[in-house]
This record gives sequence, C-alpha cells and structure tokens, in this order.
Amino acid sequence: MTDSFPQNSLVRSGFSRRTLFNTVMTCLGFLCGALALLPLLALLTYVIVQGFSSLGPNIFFQLPPSPFGQGGGFGNAILGTILMVGIGTLISVPFGVLGAIYLTEFSSKTTARWIRFATNVLSGVPSIIAGVFAYGLIVLTLTKLKIGSYSALGGGFALAVLMLPIIVRTTDEALQLVSEDLRQASVGLGATNFQTVSRVVLPSAMPAIVTGLTLAIARASGETAPLLFTALFSSFWPSADSLFKPTASLAVLVYNFAISPYQNWQSLAWAASLILVVMVLITSIISRWATRQKA
Amino acid sequence: MSTDNSVTNSTEAVLRTEGLNIYYGSFLAVQNVWLNIPKNQVTAFIGPSGCGKSTLLRCYNRLNDLIESFRAEGKVYFNDKNLYSPDIDPVEVRRRIGMVFQRPNPFPKSIFDNVTFGAKINGYKGDMAELVQRSLQQAALWDEVKDKLHQSGLSLSGGQQQRLCIARAIAVQPEVILMDEPCSALDPISTLRVEELIHELKERYTIVIVTHNMQQASRVSDRTAFFNVKTSEKGGRSGYLVEFDATEVIFSDPQQEDTKAYISGRFG
Repeated sequence: MTDSFPQNSLVRSGFSRRTLFNTVMTCLGFLCGALALLPLLALLTYVIVQGFSSLGPNIFFQLPPSPFGQGGGFGNAILGTILMVGIGTLISVPFGVLGAIYLTEFSSKTTARWIRFATNVLSGVPSIIAGVFAYGLIVLTLTKLKIGSYSALGGGFALAVLMLPIIVRTTDEALQLVSEDLRQASVGLGATNFQTVSRVVLPSAMPAIVTGLTLAIARASGETAPLLFTALFSSFWPSADSLFKPTASLAVLVYNFAISPYQNWQSLAWAASLILVVMVLITSIISRWATRQKA
Repeated sequence: MSTDNSVTNSTEAVLRTEGLNIYYGSFLAVQNVWLNIPKNQVTAFIGPSGCGKSTLLRCYNRLNDLIESFRAEGKVYFNDKNLYSPDIDPVEVRRRIGMVFQRPNPFPKSIFDNVTFGAKINGYKGDMAELVQRSLQQAALWDEVKDKLHQSGLSLSGGQQQRLCIARAIAVQPEVILMDEPCSALDPISTLRVEELIHELKERYTIVIVTHNMQQASRVSDRTAFFNVKTSEKGGRSGYLVEFDATEVIFSDPQQEDTKAYISGRFG
C-alpha cells in the first residue's frame, strides 16, 4: 500500500517542494497583512507628526484666524461637531434601537427580511445623497418658515440618516446573539415580552449595541459631504439659536482649510484632523469602559 | 390500547389534559393525551427522543406560544381553568407554573438579582432580602452563596447555577414547577443534590419532570408517564402517552409491552 506514496524521510528537510511552498506562502501572507496595516500606520503617523506641531491650548479656545493671521484655533468647529453628532445620535439611537428590537423580538419573518433589506440599502446610500435629502427636508423647510436656513439641525439630521442603518444593523445582530435560553427563562417567570426585552435581552446585548453606536459616531463625525450644504460653516461660536444657523464642524474646517493657499490655515487643518481622530478614539475608549462586563 | 388515564388517580389533580393534540404547522407532534397530574407529587415523563415529552411539558405553562407554528387542540386544565381558553393571560399562567430548563440559564446579573427578577416584574411588595434568603434556602443553595450574593450568577458552578434557577423559579411562589431534564447538563454529584432537592420541594409544590434517565425517574418520582413515538403512514412521527401509573408499577409491573421493552432497555 505504501508504494503509492513518495518515500519521504522523517527528518525535516527545508528544501522539499512542500516545505518550500509552505514557507513562501506564509511569508506572502505576512507581507500582505503588513501591507494592509501600512496605510493605517502611515496615516496616523502623518496626522500626528503634522498636527502635533500646530497643537496648543489656543486651538480649543479661539476662533479661526484670518489668512496670514497669527495663532487662532477652531473651538467653534469642535463644539459644532459635538453638537451635530449629538443631534444625529439623539435622532438615530431611539429609532435605530427600537426598530432593531421590533425586528428581532416582535416582527414576523417576512417583515423583518424587508426591513433588513431596506436598512442595507440605506447604509449603501452615498453620504452626499443623505446631505441632499436633509437639505431638501430641513434646510428648505427652515427657509420657508423663515426661522433659519443652513443649520446644525440640518447637519445633525443628515448625520442621523447615515447613523441609522449602522445602529439598526449592529443592534439587530447583537439582539440575535442573545441566547434563546435567557428569553425563555424570563418568559417562564411570568415576564411580558417588553419586560423580557428591557430587563434581560437589552442589558445582555448592551456592550455590542454601544460598540455599534461608537462606530456610527465615528462615521458621522468624519462626514464632510452631507454637512457642506446642510450646516455649511461658520467663523463664530455656536450660540443659543445656532440650531437654526450655519454651524462649523471639524470635517468641513479640514476641507476648507486644507485646500486653502494659506500656510496658517493648512497647519490648522492638520491640527483639526488630529483632534478629530483623537475625539473618535476617546469616544470609543469611554464607551468600552462604560460597558465593560462586570463579572 | 387505552390512552385514557384520567380515572387512575385518587388524589386531587392540579393539571389535567383532555384529548390534547399538539401541532407544529400541520405536523401532529403529540396526539390525544389524557393525563392527570396529582398535587404535591413528583410526576416523571419518560420515553425515547422525539416522543413529545418536552413539548407536552411546555404546554402546561404555555411556553410553546413562543413558537410561531405551534397549535394546541383539546383542553389543559389547571385546577378548573382551561389554560388554552382565549380569556387566559399566558403571562400570569407562567408565574403560577414555573419552569426549570435543561441547561442552567441564570441571567447575567448578580445572584441576588437573579432571585428577585421574577418577584420584581410581578410586582412583589414584600422584603426582597428575606425572599432571596428563603428561596435560596429552599433551593439548598443559601449556605454556599450567602456571602457572595452580589457576584454574578454565572460565576457559580453548573450544579449551583441549576439550583439558582430553581431558587429563581421558587421565588415567584408558583404552584407547579416544571423541570425539563434539569440534570442532563450536570455531573453525578450535582445531579444527586438536585434530586434531593426535588424530594424536599414536593412538600410544597407539584413537580413535573422530564428525564431521559430512567434511574432518575425511579428515584425521584411518585408517578411516571411513559410516552412513545409512532410513525404514521405518511411518515410523520408523533408522540403519544402509552402508560401512566405509580412509578413502582411502571418499573416493576408495566401493563403495556412497549413500556416493558423500554424500561428493560430493549429500545430507546
């Protein structure tokens, strides 16, 4: 029987065809992995190196300077980004989470399939389209009602449209992962469907839901296209009525300043990029910390 | 072959099924069950896989309602109320008729919160600490966990988790406790502890236990129901009740050939 097999010795030989092929493929896999990481590392390094030199406390407390002006910062853009991502979160989280709960816990299979399909389509919609939609729905309405035009509300709404499918999908997946045993245990104790969802299923799925929310926030805070013609930009601090007025954001500031010919604006754009990356990082660290499993 | 066992009981029946047929869609899973479950006794359901004993058990607290295609025909009486009559609230049924599952399934909460969960959602107004102590004592778990009530229920061993699930079921003061193979995921020592517990619990509660383990049925139960499965001409397999009698009779002098074959290990 053994005749049909090649006569290999038990001692490892580094030069047999099989061993060579194995080694080459392993190296190739490692190389591709490293290459995939390279853009991320390069990008982070570049942003940190370029942005760090223009960092300073002024950045948080001052308004953008004039071209060729000295110092200055973009505190208004930081506040504006926080404001608009906040509005987006306030709109998208209740709809997204409750919608996902309906999907997994209450709807029939056919309904769920259609809603999931619709969410997937929505998540594939280019962000500029979400911006046009928000422009048509919010900005034009505000103009008609004569209480505003380009505004934080419009920007926040556009971001909410982009965040919604991410939140629905991650919440939906998180809820589906909660074991059927837990649901039955709760129902078996005389809990209503809603009690089961709110007291057993949601708390178990919370870490995954928050991770989804962080993803959505990270996506939204970097979006530029939909803000360009919903929130526009502003060189002033947000005020009490800035919900209905043009509002600055980090992403649009980076876009505006990076393509400007002025040296001081360009370096502020780098600093703003760095702040944007750090803000997303801090959000994700805080959410991980807040929902870490207590065991 | 008679499947009518409704006259064989002398004690009061807490649960009574009359001509119960259980369907999943158009598939008849369990057919024509007539069975009286006596108060404050342990009733065991035994039989080969697929004979519908767990399905029947889950009818008693309407847990099968969670399955979309499920449908029951016939009557299931709890005391004198038909559980499947349209005016019955299944949520209230499940508080009165508790359930312990095959795999221990404590909530990912503290031991304390696990026990008080059912009490809270059902609007219990008494002292929670006292309820926790009493329930854990009844479940023979108090001494092992009294110093770590605020640790996660998942930090306990499998056997302890199952007793926690029993304590959780007891805490809502049910009349009946249904157990669906409660020891199948436990080691022999934990199994023994749960069996001892079942003995103590029957003073206060009526217990119905599904088990694959015939020794266990003979150790813990007062009455045993043997189910079997038959294949119809169309190829569908449906379960039916073969024999229901005092446990000693089932294991020493069964009346049906099928029962005799099953308990002597000739099939199943």
